Amino acid sequence: MSNEMSNSGVVISESSAPLPAGVTLPIYMDNHATTPMDPRVLDAMLPYFGKVFGNAASRNHMFGWEAEQAVEKAREQIAKLIGATAKEIIFTSGATESNNLALKGIAEMYRERGNHIITQVTEHKAVLDTCKKLEKQGYRVTYLPVQADGLIDLEDLKRAIDDKTILVSIMYANNEIGVIQPIAEIGKLCHEKGVIFHTDAVQAVGKIPVDVQKDNIDVLSLSGHKIYGPKGVGALYVRRRNPRVQISEQINGGGHERGMRSGTLNVPGIVGLGAACEIAGQEMEAEAKREKELRDYMKAKFEKALDYVHVNGNMDHHLPGNLNMSFVYVEGESLLMGINDIAVSSGSACTSATLEPSYVLKALGLGDDVAHSSIRFGFGRFNTKAEIDYVSDKVIDVVLKLRELSPLYEMVKEGIDLTKIEWAAH
Amino acid sequence: MAYSDKVVDHYNHPRNVGTLDKSAAEVGTGLVGAPECGDVMRLQIRVNPETNVIEDAKFKTFGCGSAIASSSLATEWVKGKTIDEALAITNTDIVKELALPPVKIHCSVLAEDAIRAAIGDWKKKNNVAETASVAVAH
Repeated sequence: MSNEMSNSGVVISESSAPLPAGVTLPIYMDNHATTPMDPRVLDAMLPYFGKVFGNAASRNHMFGWEAEQAVEKAREQIAKLIGATAKEIIFTSGATESNNLALKGIAEMYRERGNHIITQVTEHKAVLDTCKKLEKQGYRVTYLPVQADGLIDLEDLKRAIDDKTILVSIMYANNEIGVIQPIAEIGKLCHEKGVIFHTDAVQAVGKIPVDVQKDNIDVLSLSGHKIYGPKGVGALYVRRRNPRVQISEQINGGGHERGMRSGTLNVPGIVGLGAACEIAGQEMEAEAKREKELRDYMKAKFEKALDYVHVNGNMDHHLPGNLNMSFVYVEGESLLMGINDIAVSSGSACTSATLEPSYVLKALGLGDDVAHSSIRFGFGRFNTKAEIDYVSDKVIDVVLKLRELSPLYEMVKEGIDLTKIEWAAH
Repeated sequence: MAYSDKVVDHYNHPRNVGTLDKSAAEVGTGLVGAPECGDVMRLQIRVNPETNVIEDAKFKTFGCGSAIASSSLATEWVKGKTIDEALAITNTDIVKELALPPVKIHCSVLAEDAIRAAIGDWKKKNNVAETASVAVAH
């Protein structure tokens, strides 16, 4: 280093330029966290907040019948989207409850048969934390590792199944890295071994084709608010034939939902979930193609404009609306700060007390430094090409500026091997 | 998480970004933190050998907005101070000035470490005796 650079005039983020046509701020691109409700879904729900207020369990009068009719229509709409029958759909308050009900309910019901459960390390906390609780109650849980691309190895699964295994729970698609697991093969393997197969399909349902028959799924969790429906409502598919799966109820009081989940049904929410499923089914093919094109377009822009970027997760088995990218040598939270008119998520957890980055990214074998540098873009139904252009350009701009500030980027550019430095961790 | 106005200002307009010649005798370089922890700060000072006054300071930081702001502020504060005055800067001064929340206090600690490391490096180069109070903080 002989030159004495003096670039004190660095300006990270200043928005003085007029916005391009079709772009209004802020831009929402965090569609794995939640999705905005589709206006068509809201329209379907509105009557059930007012005039049609009956309790779907009231069998003696027309108020109850009307509500029940609406609920049964929604059940059909949901079943159709995933290749199930209406009777196999149980309504819940959301996917966290669905996952809890599936895991705890199956563990309890099949306790006599065995006490072993298999899942994997990149599951959502709704599954992992439930498994931890079951471990405390005497169940044995195997957490399968994932490969560098985020997929589990079917051989690992085969080896893990033993004569005490009662349940395998593997998510359909990952919420951070968008990787789609080989669900049909996993289901087939489970059926050969007589093990129940549950999948948390929150990110997959409505986005890619999901068919409980073709995919050999026995139990499946889904959620309303991830598919442009309302929050506070979800469902659990529970197979009735080949094999018939039984679930021990976790909430008692009235025996609603075939005894598996008591409680007065959230009729407006259920109507919304049904409408969301119907719309998703109709538009899935075209929408998946559109989102994938936008996703690939953004990825190509990043790769053209920036060095030291890479995508996380297998891109051949990937949700169309997910892009998880590491902008190496730039810390994720500082990047988010520079693009604060755009809603995305970071794999960095600089705000947490532990300073631990995303456990999903770490499970891929990424170094903590790279995990700290990753951003999750979630493309959704309402994102436009103009928005994607704006977001890409803004991210590129801020990454370039933060790299001017990054001692790591400077060192790498000078040919210094960062792994050879003795860092003073604090 | 909301950032204080001062953090936002330092983030948007970082002061004294850059690189001094680390091989020069009058330059001290402090490199603290670690990539896997999500922050690395490099703070450099150029010291007038006659007066022991820090005449220039530069930084580069890989880290969150609060880490960038803490190191940017540190360069501003050490400039024009003598070595001893600079050593009197503590992380709590930085926390106060930037209104850092508890989860970001480690950023201020790192900035104090960076100042001390830079001064330590300069002292080593110039054979200035270390005293207990100026020991490099890690």
